[in-house]
Amino acid sequence: MARNLLRPARFDDLGLRRALGDRMLLLLVAAMAFLAALALAGVVGVRALAAHWQEGAGSALTVQVPRPADQEGGQTRIARVLAVLHDIPGVASARKLSQTELAELLRPWLSDGAELMAIRLPAVIAVRLAAGAPNPEQLGARLAAAVPGTLTESHGMWVQRLSLLAGSLQACAWLALAVVAAVAAAVVAIATRAGLAARREAIEIVHGLGATDGYIADRFASRATGLAAIGGGLGALAALPVLLVLARLAAPFAAARPEAAADASGLAMLAALPPPLWLTLPVLPLAAAAIGFLTAQVTVRRWLRRLP
Amino acid sequence: MECVGLHYRPAGGNRAGHEVLRDLSFDIPEGGFRWLLGPSGAGKTSLLRLLHLAIRPTSGRLTVMDTEVGDAGRRALPALRRRIGMVFQDFRLLPHLSAYDNVALPLRIAGRPEGQIRADVTETMRWVALDKKAKSRPAELSGGEQQRVAIARAVVGRPVLLLADEPTGNLDDIQAERLMVMLTELNRLGTTVIVATHNDALVTRHPGPALRLNNGRLLASG
Repeated sequence: MARNLLRPARFDDLGLRRALGDRMLLLLVAAMAFLAALALAGVVGVRALAAHWQEGAGSALTVQVPRPADQEGGQTRIARVLAVLHDIPGVASARKLSQTELAELLRPWLSDGAELMAIRLPAVIAVRLAAGAPNPEQLGARLAAAVPGTLTESHGMWVQRLSLLAGSLQACAWLALAVVAAVAAAVVAIATRAGLAARREAIEIVHGLGATDGYIADRFASRATGLAAIGGGLGALAALPVLLVLARLAAPFAAARPEAAADASGLAMLAALPPPLWLTLPVLPLAAAAIGFLTAQVTVRRWLRRLP
Repeated sequence: MECVGLHYRPAGGNRAGHEVLRDLSFDIPEGGFRWLLGPSGAGKTSLLRLLHLAIRPTSGRLTVMDTEVGDAGRRALPALRRRIGMVFQDFRLLPHLSAYDNVALPLRIAGRPEGQIRADVTETMRWVALDKKAKSRPAELSGGEQQRVAIARAVVGRPVLLLADEPTGNLDDIQAERLMVMLTELNRLGTTVIVATHNDALVTRHPGPALRLNNGRLLASG
């Protein structure tokens, strides 16, 4: 490596500074990196949402108790259900929703009139399960045996459907990412081929002077790597404001940091971006550089096979 | 260096092609000198390209510096080429590099340390009397000066085999004479030298063994 350090930094024997069109390649790679950043945001965002749903809903049950105030065996029905729930190991919490909370739940369907309407609403108990809890069917059966008419609804089905949806969305985002990477590789390959055609004579001369394929490929690859890295950085930077706006829009759903979502100041906005995205954004220029390096190496080495 | 039974059709174009060289057989001992003579189109340049490993023979066996070129893999050739100096008829200098960088190119490709490169290139450029034009680009040099840059580039790596295609084509008689003195000196130091020319006066002044080509055939050797 020492001898390479001694090589004059601006020594450009193949004249690639002019041949490997920098502006176009830079712009195209930047565009690819921008798209990749959006796709990455999709992957990260959907995963966060899915995790949030699963965490929130996977361990939750809703128990409906019709006619809660009726007496049964010396207790109100609701008190009996709560007592049974408290006796079951693995039930982390069982909380009866207040009248206002119920009204809040029903508001989308019944508007503000829910409380005023003469519907006898069942009491609703929100149950959180910890590890070691019986499965929802067993639990439901025990409650129904103790207090007939009790309905236990697990959110598992919805979580399953949402997980499937989230999985498909994530797969789409990964696919988009792969397509973007492939297009970036194609762009670099085309630029490299144009550079090879433009510098054919110089390459033949250098080849005739005993340059190995590796020597020539390294020349192209280092230029392509540099341009792709800069392009990737520019694309990632350009995507940042878009991602911040998206993160702000998504914040209420993920409810990860509601306070950050509410605060529109710059710093809080930066904080709204999920940490995995902060980790992956700097990877974009590196990934672009890797694509540039590998593509240029492969393209040049394949092209050089035509020389003896 | 020996070259046994050589039969070559140009690469590219139609498969049959036309034969440029036919059944050449000759042997040049290490440290030997040969004129390569013959009219234009006789195949002198093709023979030099073969010896420079720029093309491979289509038939026959070509051995350059103990390496059988037909059998050698692509990876083996660059190291071999670095031991061969070639002066092209059309110079083939890199137009965007200075004369100095053009001469330094073979050494940089060989990965020599920059300090040694500076010493060798400076000395070689002085040898061809171009030390004052080190920073000029080929376009700023006369034909004769460009030819001398090409010669300097061919000899700077102290090649084992030196091939020259019409090296005096752009030189006046005095410069041509100087070049012949340089080539003789290199030959005396152990470099095998093959010079293609149709400058008969030069050959008369510097008699030596010759390979005579005509129409792709070897008429005389030695």
